[in-house]
Amino acid sequence: MKSSSTRVCEGAIAIGPRSGDATEAHRAIEAIWRIESARLIAGLARVVGDIGTAEELAQDALVAALEQWPAEGVPERPGAWLMGTAKHRAIDLIRRRKTLERKHEEIGRDVERAQEGLDRETAIDEEVGDDLLGLIFTACHPVLSKDARVALTLRVLGGLTTEEIARAFLVPVSTIAQRIVRAKRTLAEAHVRFEVPGGAERVARLASVLEVIYLIFNEGYSATAGKDWVRPALCEEALRLGRILAELAPTEPEVNGLVALMEIQASRLGARVGPSGEPVLLLDQDRARWDRLLIRRGLAALERAERLGGALGPYALQAAIAACHARATTAAETDWPRIVALYDAVAQLAPSPVVELNRAVAVGMAFGPAAGLELVDGLLAEPSLKSYHLLPAVRGDLLRKLGRSEEARAEFERGASLTENVRERELLMRRAAECAAERMAG
Amino acid sequence: MRVLIMAKEGEQSEAATPPTPDAMAEFQKFNEELVKAGVVLEAGRLYPSSQGKRVRFDGKRRTVIDGPFAETKELVAGYWLWQVRSIDEALEWLKRAPYDGGTFEIREVFEYEGM
Repeated sequence: MKSSSTRVCEGAIAIGPRSGDATEAHRAIEAIWRIESARLIAGLARVVGDIGTAEELAQDALVAALEQWPAEGVPERPGAWLMGTAKHRAIDLIRRRKTLERKHEEIGRDVERAQEGLDRETAIDEEVGDDLLGLIFTACHPVLSKDARVALTLRVLGGLTTEEIARAFLVPVSTIAQRIVRAKRTLAEAHVRFEVPGGAERVARLASVLEVIYLIFNEGYSATAGKDWVRPALCEEALRLGRILAELAPTEPEVNGLVALMEIQASRLGARVGPSGEPVLLLDQDRARWDRLLIRRGLAALERAERLGGALGPYALQAAIAACHARATTAAETDWPRIVALYDAVAQLAPSPVVELNRAVAVGMAFGPAAGLELVDGLLAEPSLKSYHLLPAVRGDLLRKLGRSEEARAEFERGASLTENVRERELLMRRAAECAAERMAG
Repeated sequence: MRVLIMAKEGEQSEAATPPTPDAMAEFQKFNEELVKAGVVLEAGRLYPSSQGKRVRFDGKRRTVIDGPFAETKELVAGYWLWQVRSIDEALEWLKRAPYDGGTFEIREVFEYEGM
């Protein structure tokens, strides 16, 4: 057995071997940043009015912590320390701004107000929650491109560094850094107010928030590029954001719907990758490896979405489809007619060629491959699916079931040539080879 | 990563003395903060070990041992399953818990077999 070192914590100061203290403090700071940064940036943004400045102030406080904590120890209430430090800088900043803009006597009043606003000691939970919601809505503002929204959200809400975001998306650090700088500038230029939108605007803005979270999830769930088929860390980030949002906005059915969808899909993360990293498709997965805890959480979230009343939205409907799979003990027990009906509902609410393709798969399972193929063939002329690898993949699958191996092989090969993901390409090439073998045998 | 927090609260939890309302309120506040941060996946409290059983395996033999168990300081009184990014994050959260006794153990849960 390895000897474990015992550290005695007196209040906030860890007493241990001196040499390890600095790195230990750095690791603690990193963890504290992860816990506190979103609340910190949100609280500051409400006072200074924009998240760019708020994030810079929060970063300044982080730098101060990195300078002081390794020597002085981590304070007992690190969140309050960071806020206090950022607050002083915010007040300096406001003072400087106002000196440029306004008469002197007004400055005092503004500073006073800022001081009150920044005093988190007395802040009630509801206020902190509103600030966080405001931060989510601002980072996901539709004025920003999708890429910018994703990067900014991971940065200010996930507490990820630019390097971590770049690594997750397999792009150069400078690309992400630029995206974030530009995003902040765009928000400032568009005079986007830091607030929780209400009324009709809220619906559209919330849709943008949900889209960003699901984009992050999907990039982890079926990576569009690179050598890994899944990157669980991104799924976990998205799930965490979704869970936080569901706590902040518990009465929004679609927030619960999205959380349900992500929980259930994430339950299969361990089962959808084979021993050498190859993708394992849904119906071939070992269901014993599905994560029962996440399924249970997902079904509970779906129930909440349903209980909130009204017709299910697109995310809740997709969660209901995922739930059909989760409830089936074996692939053969899947309730395909119900899945077809749910896809019909999705297609009505949010029609898209990709939904039609998924519906065709379900129809093929429920009513036979010929019925599925007829629908898929109807999508062949669809311009948006022209380079979508799953169209030939699905078509190949249906053709193969109909015994048309040669046509199926050609489709799998075409699919393989269209995907950027190495693992997926290998899977499709293997299926093409299987079709060729079937043909030889037949 | 997923971590399991085992609350080894020692003899006081074994005696099943109900916590004071103040302590309960403080604990609930802490737990709520964790839930709001999207950290808690699952949580539970255990009945005293006097109501528990142990099964000891020795080759083909199985011996059933009735509670209460002797090593009171090591007995788990409750557990949490947390989703965190690192052990350090779990540590920072746990340090904020409103406890004044006992030992709390953080263990990473094995995930994504074969990846």
